[in-house]
Parts: sequence; structure tokens; C-alpha cells
Amino acid sequence: MSTGALKLEGRSGRARAKGWFFYVFLLASLAVGFIALATLLIDVFKDGIGQIDRTLITGAPNVIEPATAGAGPAILATIYLMFLLLFMAVPIGVATSIYLEEYADKTRWYNRLLDLNIQNLAAVPSIVYGILGLAFIVRGPVGIGRVLLAGAMILTLLVLPTVIIASREAIRAIPDSIRQGGLALGATQWQVIWRQVLPAAVPGIATGTILALSRAIGETAPLLLVGALSYISFNPTLLGDFTALPIQIYQWIQQDEAGFTLRAAGGIIVLLAILLTMNAFAIFIRNRYQKRW
Amino acid sequence: MAVEQAQLATPAQPRLRADRRRWGEDVIKVMLAVCALVSIATTVGIVVALLQPTIDFFRVVSIVDYVTGTEWAPLFEPQLFGVLPLVVGTLSVTLWAAIIAMPFGLGAAIYLSEYAHPRARKILKPALELLAGIPTVVYGFFALTFVTPLLRDIGIGVEIFNALSAGLVMGVMLIPTVASLSEDAMTAVPQSLRDGAYGLGASKLQVSTRIVVPAAVSGIVASYVLAISRAVGETMIVLLAAGQQANFTFDPVRAVETMTAFIAATGQGDVPTDTIEYKTIFAVGFTLFAMTFAMNLIAIRLVRKYREVYE
Repeated sequence: MSTGALKLEGRSGRARAKGWFFYVFLLASLAVGFIALATLLIDVFKDGIGQIDRTLITGAPNVIEPATAGAGPAILATIYLMFLLLFMAVPIGVATSIYLEEYADKTRWYNRLLDLNIQNLAAVPSIVYGILGLAFIVRGPVGIGRVLLAGAMILTLLVLPTVIIASREAIRAIPDSIRQGGLALGATQWQVIWRQVLPAAVPGIATGTILALSRAIGETAPLLLVGALSYISFNPTLLGDFTALPIQIYQWIQQDEAGFTLRAAGGIIVLLAILLTMNAFAIFIRNRYQKRW
Repeated sequence: MAVEQAQLATPAQPRLRADRRRWGEDVIKVMLAVCALVSIATTVGIVVALLQPTIDFFRVVSIVDYVTGTEWAPLFEPQLFGVLPLVVGTLSVTLWAAIIAMPFGLGAAIYLSEYAHPRARKILKPALELLAGIPTVVYGFFALTFVTPLLRDIGIGVEIFNALSAGLVMGVMLIPTVASLSEDAMTAVPQSLRDGAYGLGASKLQVSTRIVVPAAVSGIVASYVLAISRAVGETMIVLLAAGQQANFTFDPVRAVETMTAFIAATGQGDVPTDTIEYKTIFAVGFTLFAMTFAMNLIAIRLVRKYREVYE
């Protein structure tokens, strides 16, 4: 038997160069995203930081004089929308996820269809929800007109799949031993869910839900169709005309005058600040309350 | 003997049923199921809302003219209902978005899954997700006021509204979509496959590109399909940066109107309900919904496939 010496030499120079180039490409891939994000933020802040004043945050919009144009009613409407979403999307979403995780027999075709349906809805373009709102909520069967509640209803439907998916993950993360312990002590299924599973899942549900809501708050397209595109100089009411902050920004960008473009940048900073606050709150809840099992 | 043991091991059956039927429990279950039906109702609502006006639309406009016509002018006389300019406009923007999002999204996923230190990954992943959290109207602003002038400065003669700038910015927005789903699929690849390849003397490059990527391919393709579906359905970036002129062209420097931009631009006005203009919104909406629906189902199926194999 020949015992040729085992050659354990390193890789050839070419192979090493290839590995190095690949590594640089990977780093560059990440960098593209981060550089774009940084450029976007710098661009917006450069234009918009000087625009942040009392008038922008509380003033009424106008089409003539950029310096006195405010987004007061729009900001207020966006905050109203946020709370309406919280009270409409979260109960329905959490109830659906409890049904799917705790009750539904996954071998049944209708439960699988429900699951598939939710996954698909999560990827339906937001403008399609706008069409649904236009046909059924603004006009048609519900027919409440172009009002704040119509906007809230359509954003609820839009955000529901994301809330459901996030809540399901939080509920699924609760170990089965918790449930079995409760059941073994004679609790009913609902008692186990209400007193054991849900309290333990609340941090996860809250985090996922707030992130989902913050996406919905930044949505513009569906609101365009349910008629948020109007000059509103008064504070919004539930069944009155409204405009939301993203719509106000869109309108300002559409104006020809350069002053309004700057105003749009100011509005974007306010919008990003609202979203950042929501996200920070979500992260705070996660870090403060989430348990590791 | 064996029979005897089996008999011994079987204790008296304990009564495991509740003393009485708990109606409250049943009521709760039904209420939860009703909430779950809201999402079914949404899908049914979308289909019904789109279908009826679309059928009315095709009573007036021939379906062949709609699908093969190369001129789109529903709001002017003579009215022309060829949807191809909208479809081509959509595909043109989507193409540029894909050129950015696919390679860089995959690169970011490989880095996060294979190369990054766990601690670096814990910071980089949520940081990259920030890109997905920026509202699309902000991306539209960025495309229109920064990227388009930038393209002009570097000598690309784009029109004020153009497919290129909208597509590039959309591509950046979709990087996290591709990266996060692809990374999920790569993380699901068992470590033993990597170890086996390293044991045979493979380099990190070889393990990444010849073991992990092929093993995670269904997840990667799913992320690509989902990203394309998002690009086709995205509204605000194209409405602001690609324009509202239905040009039948793939030329990236020119303005195009996408399906979504047409819907948003036409639907925001007070179009009377019984006119053909109003019904075009639904016909185009139906076309858009059908396209994205097909892609979403493909993506969902592919994700299931890799989950079945490895998890």
C-alpha cells in the first residue's frame, strides 16, 4: 500500500481571491440598503428640519402660502386612526389567532383554507383594499361616505392579517406544558387560554401588533380611494371628512411650488417621529416583559 | 402471560368528561370563529367588489381590445381601453426593482445567515428591517426629489417622472423582503450539511453557494416571487415618481403609468358610479388582483415546501 504524504496545503491564491470578492459583495449588499436609508434620512432632514414649527404641527393647511401651511388636522386624524385601529383590528385579530392556534383542527379543510386566506390577504396590494373600501364602505352596502370611520375600517381590514400572523406567533411560543398544567388542574379550555396563555402571550402580541399598526399608519394609497384627499381646515370627527398625515404629505409633494416640497419634508419628519415612537414603545414592551421559555 | 400483563396494566377507565356540557365554552368558541370569518369575508368582499363592475366593463369594452390594445386613454375622447401600456409600465418599474432587490437581498441574506457573528446579526437584521418600515409615500418623495435629480447629474437623461428612479427606490425598499425570507430558509438548512461540506474541504464560499443556497432555493424563489408581487402592487412610489402618462414603452428614462397609479389617480376624484370611467378602476383592479394573487399563492406554496423539508 502506497503511503503518499497527505498534502494539507492552503487554498490557491485564486480560490482565496474569489472568496474575498464574494465576501466584499455580501458586505456591499448590506451596505446598499444602509446607504440608501442614510441618504433618505439625510435628504429628508436637510429639507425638513427647518420646517418643524408650531404652524406645521397645529396649523391648518392652505394651498397658497407654504410657510403658513400646517398639518394640524392631518396629524390629529392620523392619531385618531391609530386608536380606532387599536380598538377594531386588535380584538378581531387576537380572537382570530386564538381560534386558529387553540381551537382549530388543522386537518380540516376549512381551517387550512382560513390559514391560506390570511397568508394571501397579507400580500394583497394595499390599493386593492382601497377599491374594496370605495365600493363597499364609502358607497354601496355600508355607504357611510368619505369619512374618518371609513378610512379606519379599511385600514383595519388591511392590517388584520399582519396582526393575526404576529399574534399567532406569540401564542404559539407559549409552551404546551403551561396549557397541560392548567387543564390537569381542572380548568376549562377557555380558562386556560384567558388566565394562562393570553397573559403570557401579551408582550409578544403587543409588540407584533404595534409594529403592524405603525405600518398601517404610514399607508397612503387606500386612503386616497376612500377620499382622504381634501383640504380639511377643521379638526376631524368620526363621521366627518378627513385627511391623514401621509395624504397631506402626498398633497404637498404634488404642489409645484418648491416651498411645499420643503413642507412635505417637514411632514415626513413628523410622520417618522410618530412611527419611531410606536416602534420604540414596541421594543420597550418586548425587552421589559417578554419571557424566555 | 403477555395477555395477562396487558390486562393488569389497564386500570379502570377514569371518567374524563365534564359533568355537564359547558355552553359558555361553546359560545366563546363560536364567537372566536366568527372573528376568524372576518378575513374570509374580506377576500369574498374583494372578489365581489371587483367582479361585478368588471363584468359590466366588459359588456361595453371588448376583452380582446382590453388585453391587446396598446393605447390607454379612458378619460379622453376617443376613449381607448388597451391595458398593455399599464401592464408594460408596471413590468418596467418591477424589472428595475428586481434588479436591485434580488441580488442585494440575497447577498444580505447570505451574509446574515452564513457570515455574520451572532451578535452582529442581532443588530443588523432589525436595522435592515427599518427599510421595510419607512412609509411608501416617503420613498416616493425620495425618488422624486433626490434620485431623479441624481440620475440627471450623473448624465442619465431621465424625464422628471420616469420608470428608472421609481424602480431603483422600490428595489431598495424590497431588499428586506427578499433578505428576511431568504435568510429564514437558509437558517432552516441543517448544520450537518454545512459540516459535511467543510469536512470534504470546501471553502466558506463553496459552502454558501453550492450547499446552502441550493438547499434553500425554494425559500429564495418564494422571496423573489413575493418581492415581485409587492413591486407590482406598490402604489405611492410609482404615483409620485413614475408619473401618470400611459406610455407604451420599456424605456426606463420615460414616464409610465402603472396599474396601481392609474387606480389611485382615477379613484381619488369624484367619478360618478355608473360611468365607464368608474368601472375601469375595477377592471384594472381585477387585473392587478389576479396577477398578485397568482404570485402570492406560488410564494406561499414554495415557503411550505422548504418548511416541510427541514422543519
